[in-house]
Amino acid sequence: MNIYGIMAIYKFEMARTKRTLVQSIVAPVITTSLYFIVFGAAIGSRIDQVSGISYGAFIVPGLIMLNLLTHSISNASFGIYFPKFVGTVYEMLSAPVSTLEVVLGYVGAAASKAVILGIIILITANFFIDLQIAHPIMMMVFILLTAISFSLFGFILGIWADNFEKLSIVPMLLVTPLVFLGGSFYSTDMLPEPWQTISHFNPVLYLVSGLRWSFYEISEVSVMLSLASILIFMFVCLGVVYYLFKTGYKLRS
Amino acid sequence: MNSDEKPILRIKGLNKFYSGGFQALKDINLDINKGEIVALLGPNGAGKTTLISVVCGIVNPSSGTVTVDGNDIIKDFRKTRSVIGLVPQELTTDSFETVFSTLVFSRGLFGKPPSPTYIEKVLRSLSLWDKKDDMIMTLSGGMKRRVLIAKALSHEPTVLFLDEPTAGVDVNLRKDMWEIVRELKAEGVTIILTTHYIEEAEEIADRVGVINNGEIILMEDKDKLMAKLGKKQLILDLCDQLSAVPQSMADYKLELSENGMQLVYTFTAQGDRTGITALMDDLKLAGIAFRDLNTTQSSLEEIFVNLVEESS
Repeated sequence: MNIYGIMAIYKFEMARTKRTLVQSIVAPVITTSLYFIVFGAAIGSRIDQVSGISYGAFIVPGLIMLNLLTHSISNASFGIYFPKFVGTVYEMLSAPVSTLEVVLGYVGAAASKAVILGIIILITANFFIDLQIAHPIMMMVFILLTAISFSLFGFILGIWADNFEKLSIVPMLLVTPLVFLGGSFYSTDMLPEPWQTISHFNPVLYLVSGLRWSFYEISEVSVMLSLASILIFMFVCLGVVYYLFKTGYKLRS
Repeated sequence: MNSDEKPILRIKGLNKFYSGGFQALKDINLDINKGEIVALLGPNGAGKTTLISVVCGIVNPSSGTVTVDGNDIIKDFRKTRSVIGLVPQELTTDSFETVFSTLVFSRGLFGKPPSPTYIEKVLRSLSLWDKKDDMIMTLSGGMKRRVLIAKALSHEPTVLFLDEPTAGVDVNLRKDMWEIVRELKAEGVTIILTTHYIEEAEEIADRVGVINNGEIILMEDKDKLMAKLGKKQLILDLCDQLSAVPQSMADYKLELSENGMQLVYTFTAQGDRTGITALMDDLKLAGIAFRDLNTTQSSLEEIFVNLVEESS
């Protein structure tokens, strides 16, 4: 295995974060704080409790999930798209690195950044609410699996995209609506039928539910089902990535 | 080279079809020996870059085999790619990286352990050491070209591909590049370069290949090629003006200059007999005197143009 190759990609991607610290870290922290001020303090003060938890605390897993998903996708998709765009991808394609090694480098870095961001949001949330985590290990499992799966998804997106519009269209028009409609900021019990049933077709609901369980031991679907869905999604993405490299789709002509 | 020695690069029956059916490479067969400098000439779209890209792993071959140092580029891609360095045609660089960090990245990517000492050596050899902490985006085009060469050398390759290395660089830098290529050859590196500049091939190559329409139409030792295909001209400055070439000299296909003061005889350097002696005798018989004579040899450029025109 080309460990030096993996580390080269990983460090290169992590260095990119250092150069764009404001965009990568400061901006999400400010956005999260705004969510707490608007939803937690302003609106949340008019909502007593959701599923027995204060509204401010209830939205924490949803906020973490929102940031994990969007940043995993954007980090990984930009990471592989930009070399394609500027032409430097030739170096990776001509290097003695396998598909797995390339994925470990790019997806590993994107997932690391997303996890770091998730932890920063957790720390930020602690300033606004009294945070309690019932199952910290399961919380980390959910955060890690989500970061890895959606970084893989972002990686696929970055390979598929041949312009900046395509790069941003999926996170904007698909992921963000799914997160907002996936019970991040409310319990689906609060929805009337048929929306309650429809919500169960939203994959993000299972992620948010699982993460929320690790915090407060409340969930909308079974924890095992949540774990199973994220694992299935991860393996599907791995399969697609393997196929993309095997065929050279949009990378090797 | 020892004739028993295996070629460092062997291409057999290589074809490349792009989607849409366009055939970029047609049954390419080529052996390149260790330590050689081979120049691939060809017009735009001839298939030079596709050929290099297949060997480097950037483009998938449709059929045929390519081995580098005896290893197949598909099955043993780790072995082949780790010994190949590529300098691409386009100035594609990570603009926001520093010169030093981009070399560290390249070396790592190709599976080599960190070696600041070696990177320093490469940067110094390319006169880039004083720019090591500069962001690549701040460098001039020529300096960026040097950075690309440095990146390609960062993992100590034994086979180096230079795709149009001196495109768009000034004369001084071009000469510097040639010097670098010669130094690399002296270190035992095999160099395959594509170029539009015939002068470049003439200057540094050991062998010259010509590609046109995806086919190698010629691969020849440069000196032999010049001798074999190079046309020579004997130019005679006449003492007296001629109005026409005498009928008795028709067999020589002489050209008479507009002012009637020069006769030009074209011959090939290939044959044992050039016909010059007979021409001199016949000129004497015809009573044509000359006061000076000189010969010129066609350049590689003319040879190249003739070959491409013939194959087209």
